[in-house]
Amino acid sequence: MRNRLATNLLSELSKPGRQGVRLPNPDVFADESLSDLIPREQLADAPPPLPELSEPDVVRHYTNLSTLNMSVDTHFYPLGSCTMKYNPKRNERIAALPAVAELHPYQSERTLQGLLALLYEVQEILAEISGLPAVSLQPAAGAHGEFTALLTAAAYFRDKGQPRTKVLSPDSAHGTNPASAMMAGFEAVTIRSTANGQVDLEHLKSELDERIAVFMITNPNTLGMFDRQMGEIAKLVHGAGGLIYLDGANMNAILGIARPGDFGADMMHFNPHKTFSGPHGGGGPGAGPICVTPALGPYLPSPIVARDGERYRLDYDRPKSIGRVRSFFGNTGVLVRAYCYIRTHGPEGLKRVSEQAVLNANYLLNRVKHILPVPQGDRCMHEFVASAAALKKEKGISAMDIAKRLLDFGFHAPTVYFPLTVPEALMIEPTETESKETLDAFAEALFRITEESAEALHDAPTSTLIRRPNEVQAARHPIVKWTKPD
Amino acid sequence: MPYTFNTPADVAAMLQAIGATSVEQLFQQVPEAFRMTRPLQIGPALGELELTQHLARLSSLNAHAGQRVCFLGGGCYDHFIPAAVDALASRGEFYTSYTPYQPEVSQGNLQAIFEYQSMICQLTGMDVSNASLYDGGTATVEAVLMSIAALDRRRKVIVCHTVHPEFRQVIETYLENFETEVVTIPHDGGTTDLSQLATAVDDQTACVVLQHPNFFGCLEQAAAIAEIAHRKGALLVQVFDPTSLGILKNPRQLGADIAVAEGQCLGNPMAYGGPYLGILAARDEFIRRMPGRIAGQTVGAGGQRCWVLTLQTREQHIRRDKATSNICTNQGLFALRSSIYLALMGPSGMRQLGELCVRKANYAASRLCAKSRLERAFDVPFFKEFVVRDGDDKVARLLEQGEDAGFFAGIELERWYPDLHDCFLVAVTEKRTRAEIDALADVLVGTLRNTETVHA
Repeated sequence: MRNRLATNLLSELSKPGRQGVRLPNPDVFADESLSDLIPREQLADAPPPLPELSEPDVVRHYTNLSTLNMSVDTHFYPLGSCTMKYNPKRNERIAALPAVAELHPYQSERTLQGLLALLYEVQEILAEISGLPAVSLQPAAGAHGEFTALLTAAAYFRDKGQPRTKVLSPDSAHGTNPASAMMAGFEAVTIRSTANGQVDLEHLKSELDERIAVFMITNPNTLGMFDRQMGEIAKLVHGAGGLIYLDGANMNAILGIARPGDFGADMMHFNPHKTFSGPHGGGGPGAGPICVTPALGPYLPSPIVARDGERYRLDYDRPKSIGRVRSFFGNTGVLVRAYCYIRTHGPEGLKRVSEQAVLNANYLLNRVKHILPVPQGDRCMHEFVASAAALKKEKGISAMDIAKRLLDFGFHAPTVYFPLTVPEALMIEPTETESKETLDAFAEALFRITEESAEALHDAPTSTLIRRPNEVQAARHPIVKWTKPD
Repeated sequence: MPYTFNTPADVAAMLQAIGATSVEQLFQQVPEAFRMTRPLQIGPALGELELTQHLARLSSLNAHAGQRVCFLGGGCYDHFIPAAVDALASRGEFYTSYTPYQPEVSQGNLQAIFEYQSMICQLTGMDVSNASLYDGGTATVEAVLMSIAALDRRRKVIVCHTVHPEFRQVIETYLENFETEVVTIPHDGGTTDLSQLATAVDDQTACVVLQHPNFFGCLEQAAAIAEIAHRKGALLVQVFDPTSLGILKNPRQLGADIAVAEGQCLGNPMAYGGPYLGILAARDEFIRRMPGRIAGQTVGAGGQRCWVLTLQTREQHIRRDKATSNICTNQGLFALRSSIYLALMGPSGMRQLGELCVRKANYAASRLCAKSRLERAFDVPFFKEFVVRDGDDKVARLLEQGEDAGFFAGIELERWYPDLHDCFLVAVTEKRTRAEIDALADVLVGTLRNTETVHA
């Protein structure tokens, strides 16, 4: 029943003379020739060669395309590190209210008091959850938050007259950590992990000298383990004059349980599109608000939302600020959704989110560990990393084979081959918004897959529209746009 | 809790399977000293009805562009959004999916990105586009970083003063910790001073950043500026307005090497500054230096045409500190919205859109600046925005009066251009009608008349 015609490329569906909109005729200066208003040499000879389509063409095209995706609304999506939880419909409706969606970023503050009050409360909520009281809502994504915090740290050290040049992060960290360090002008240094996924303290100590600026840590880490050495790490890094950055990707495990500011972090970002129900939008937009200690607060980007009695305003008068990391205020639409999510849960509800996320992950871990060993042991926080290394050695079944075959069973694949420290890694994060029945069905599917023959698995998936696209060819001879056939 | 499933019986069964006696026990790995011993101090939980009412209360304290007539621009515009854009982008299969890591179950998103890239190339005339960046400001600075990387060892970046002031601030913030000199070229009567530019560009210059139409709405001598940059081997980064390309020459025709834009205007809500869409397109030779995701065409194991994320060796998850950028996401949903918008508009829609903007903006300028203390600050052709000077230098008061009368009348320029303390920026999109423009003129010019009367 697939409509293959409708999913041809737009340019292939195009037919001269079709148009999906009808704009009004000009009601002013209708008789002027365009070249009376714009110098002839600035005018294009022809409009851009976009496809020509009717509205039904476009609707049918994109509606059919949408059915080629797996999504949280349709499938279990246990993509580790991404927190693919349910995206509440009420948040979408509220973010689409004209009093949110139709606000211009340069309106006067007196016409924005409701929104500024909301954003001020978001600042306060994030400060409370993190234990870090100074907040910037400006960064546009998690990686952008990391980068912004590192710039903030650089400005802080510059102001203190300390030329610190190194940013350390563990080998199990997200790739954005070292990439952000590089973009912020630091040297990125990798710290080894021990066999059980914790920071190698001896290696860390050997890198702690007068050049250390920041140690970036993900805690709970990318194995889904809380690094119990956190207190010791904080003491060591602070003792060397450095700061601790917490990658907040895994905050879904510790909401209302533990606060990064209380366990040694000086700076952190939130991923509202993960922890506070996003949505992920097919790869964005997200947001990346950051929280820092009072000492670092003056260096955060401008503006921040300030309150004078009953009035809210944007504070630009912050002479030590690093400036701007993007245009306009921030990803307001995402922050409004996060606000709705947080207010829906309240204090007990947020804590329960983490408890249920951790319960679900531990349950699933204990269902799958007999099939796929979990090197970190019997307990995890909100996610865990299983390894197909033994299975590959014994039966030739790789993490990729399992990931691809899961698609046939109607499950999105876990994150595979990350973290880099676990061979044949399958990183599984069920989130709190899945039922025991779903987790049982997923574990059952994994079991059945490991019983299949490696040969058959290499051909998986067999039920999807396409299978195993040739990525080498795509990279070697890039075709990155439609071109008119000769 | 509305979004979870586990009943008390489920919890008991799950704990038993795990071999734990309580949920709290599962948190043992978090040292006792770090655990919170009090509840979070945040507002109490609200049901859907209460939440909706709470937001309605907050919303009533805002005034929005549906209630006031919006003449604000400066990079974010009140353009019309066809219903089909909202309807299609509201499909859960699009907005609740993630980055297409598993191409077999993400062909919808991957094809949508590929078609976005295709249409951005058709719109700009450039060879290649990425899958989008955060916004116009970060797209601009990423283009600057690309230029510096492409022209190794060139350490000077030249930025026209007529580029969006916030984009310029972003460039300065990003480059703060690098030994790169940022030189700003002043404008002369609303457009870039070509002789000062020609003097500044040298063989150390990585790129010239130009906005055309510029922040004031004025048309720059873009082709001449490209020529000045290229003569010294520097690249031209052009910030363009996507809604202008139905009628104006595209960045490729003007000589841009990298073209960037704020894509909000293509079917995306203003939403107080974001999320938006950073458009970045370039000439072929820069494809492997582009930041962010790129979708590419290939074939599946059965030989069918299909799409994947490609050239990933540029990216942070593979290259870590050697990546072209730290960016991890694109703005998938907003690239989708803009694609739907462009597909609905087509060539003739984009041409009509551009024409409507030019005609209405010129009409508004003629109405506002006729026989009053208001005049156009710059006598240069413009696209959909123009700068108005108030001869009495009372811009703040004037705009406040406009607001009281139901208009978001314009943006004060003093905060970014102190010498333009007596000026404001007015934007006119296809949504503004003759009646609205006339009413604005009546209010602003009429206000002036009244004020003059009072003063007399």
